[in-house]
Amino acid sequence: MDFHLTNEQLMLRKMYREFAENEVKPLAEEIDEEERFPMETVQKMAKLGMMGIYFPKEYGGAGGDVLSYAMCVEELAKVCGTTAVIVSAHTSLCCAPIFENGTEEQKRKYLPDLLSGRKIGAFGLTEPNAGTDASGQQTTAVLEGDHYVLNGSKCFITNGNVADTFVVFAMTDKSKGNHGISAFIVEKDFPGFSTGKHEKKMGIRGSSTCDLIFEDCIVPKENLLGKEGKGFKIAMQTLDGGRIGIAAQALGLGEGAVNEAVKYTQERVQFGRRLSQFQNTQFQLADMHTRMQAAQYLVYAAAMKKQNHEDYSMDASMAKLFAAEAASDVTRRAVQLFGGYGYTREYPVERMMRDAKITEIYEGTSEVQRMVISSRLGVK
Amino acid sequence: MKIIVSIKQVPDTSGKVAVNPDGTLNRASMQTITNPDDMNALEAALKIKDATDCKVVVVTMGPPPAAGMLREALAMGTDEAVLVSAREFGGSDTYATSQVLAAAISTIGIEDDDLVLCGRQAIDGDTAQVGPQIAEKLGLPQITYAADIAVEGKNVTVKRMLEDGYMTIKTQTPCLVTCIKELNEPRYMSVGGVFEAYSKPLSTFNYETLKDHPLIDATTIGLKGSPTNIFKSFTPPQKGAGMMLEGADKATCEKLADILAKKHII
Repeated sequence: MDFHLTNEQLMLRKMYREFAENEVKPLAEEIDEEERFPMETVQKMAKLGMMGIYFPKEYGGAGGDVLSYAMCVEELAKVCGTTAVIVSAHTSLCCAPIFENGTEEQKRKYLPDLLSGRKIGAFGLTEPNAGTDASGQQTTAVLEGDHYVLNGSKCFITNGNVADTFVVFAMTDKSKGNHGISAFIVEKDFPGFSTGKHEKKMGIRGSSTCDLIFEDCIVPKENLLGKEGKGFKIAMQTLDGGRIGIAAQALGLGEGAVNEAVKYTQERVQFGRRLSQFQNTQFQLADMHTRMQAAQYLVYAAAMKKQNHEDYSMDASMAKLFAAEAASDVTRRAVQLFGGYGYTREYPVERMMRDAKITEIYEGTSEVQRMVISSRLGVK
Repeated sequence: MKIIVSIKQVPDTSGKVAVNPDGTLNRASMQTITNPDDMNALEAALKIKDATDCKVVVVTMGPPPAAGMLREALAMGTDEAVLVSAREFGGSDTYATSQVLAAAISTIGIEDDDLVLCGRQAIDGDTAQVGPQIAEKLGLPQITYAADIAVEGKNVTVKRMLEDGYMTIKTQTPCLVTCIKELNEPRYMSVGGVFEAYSKPLSTFNYETLKDHPLIDATTIGLKGSPTNIFKSFTPPQKGAGMMLEGADKATCEKLADILAKKHII
């Protein structure tokens, strides 16, 4: 196995780091505190090609690879979990399903704006009664002449209030269960479409999370994504890819917390010694770094497999499961090493701990990842 | 129109500075960055490229690893890069360096409507001599300390920043301009740019390439040919915080006079 990054990936990592340090980190506390979507950062990222990293140039992408995308989310998450998930949801959950399942016309129509970051993308699968059990979709789509009519609602939609383009799932034939779900490309200006209230969250508070509401929403027939009845498959494939993004977000959050803890424990003096001189601190930091390093190998391996068009579903699940649980553990330990100061909003580790928790929940809970992994092992 | 930008890889001064026994910098053992003023020169060139679609060529003299810096310049949008690298050029002072760079720039070729941009000075030597010396050796008009550059056809207008004000100078291409940080905010590499960087041309000029150039005198290049002899290089000790006396009363003035007298300043 080749653990070496290419020259391009090394150069990109340097660029992502500089960008994250100079443009993203200074805003992280403020957007968390004010629950403000950092549109100015999205515009800067768009200009640099960060909103369409691994898609071909012919559609307006940057012509990169999946690992370069995962590294982008990782470096952003080291300083700001919110900014990382904006890129991840946009790329993995909206650009990817259109690129992978869209007709040539759909790709030509939607991808250039999305990949260049002129427009932001989102994904609508989750409903109040269809979370982990995504097959229980209650949103319906009925074909009437040259358009579908959508009715129902989606919840917890990342980028919901800021997105222009949505990949949305709805039942076209209830009698067929999973095989009756279809995917659609919905524009925010379609008649009958609206967004609901902004959810107040524990972490990633600058990211937009809201309901999508469909009230006799008119969606042109040509906006059916893939074939009718293939929506559930598209959703599951999309989430496989999305898990690499969220795993990379978790990875970055954990690594960011290690960086902060290494710095702080070398400055803070108690009992006449720097905290870093206590063996407890040294062992904690060694364990924290080791966990994140292991997570990095899993995340990078999953990204490389996707890039090479290998079956990466289980790898993405393992990467997300491990990275998310490692991030939650490592950020919690970082707060502990900071002591009382770590519990205050004066230092970034409490924010990292709050941000990390969601990575165990969205785009498939840790329990769902365990279901995917065990089923791949043939365990029934 | 073509813009040639001369840039330099310098030690990252936020790290530790290492010095060779001959007094020159041990560049291999230090983290490196592109000299900050040179980044402003490069950004100025890329801005003109954005507006006019001209060609931008970046040139550096340095050891082979400096090619990494050139690739980064290509990832920012530069079209071509030239690495001037040879043992014979190693240890050159500003006089020798400007001779080699002038020969390299002349080999790349300077047309009537071309521009040469340099950073004001490098953070390792702080001499601000190489840019002006290149201009002298190439017989080009030069404008230093540019805080603004406007190019219209062959007319170049530069706002030159001085300690006590500005000076606006107009000249014509071909000319050389040295740039300061007030000129612009350097851009980041772009993702697409990074993936193009390794397919863009990067040529190496070695001693063989330049040795017969009329500007090259073998006896005045490299460490041996450099008129500068370095007696000692060291990291200067950090200065103390200083002392501030406040008040315009007689007592404060007497206190100040007393301190200065004790230090034998007055």
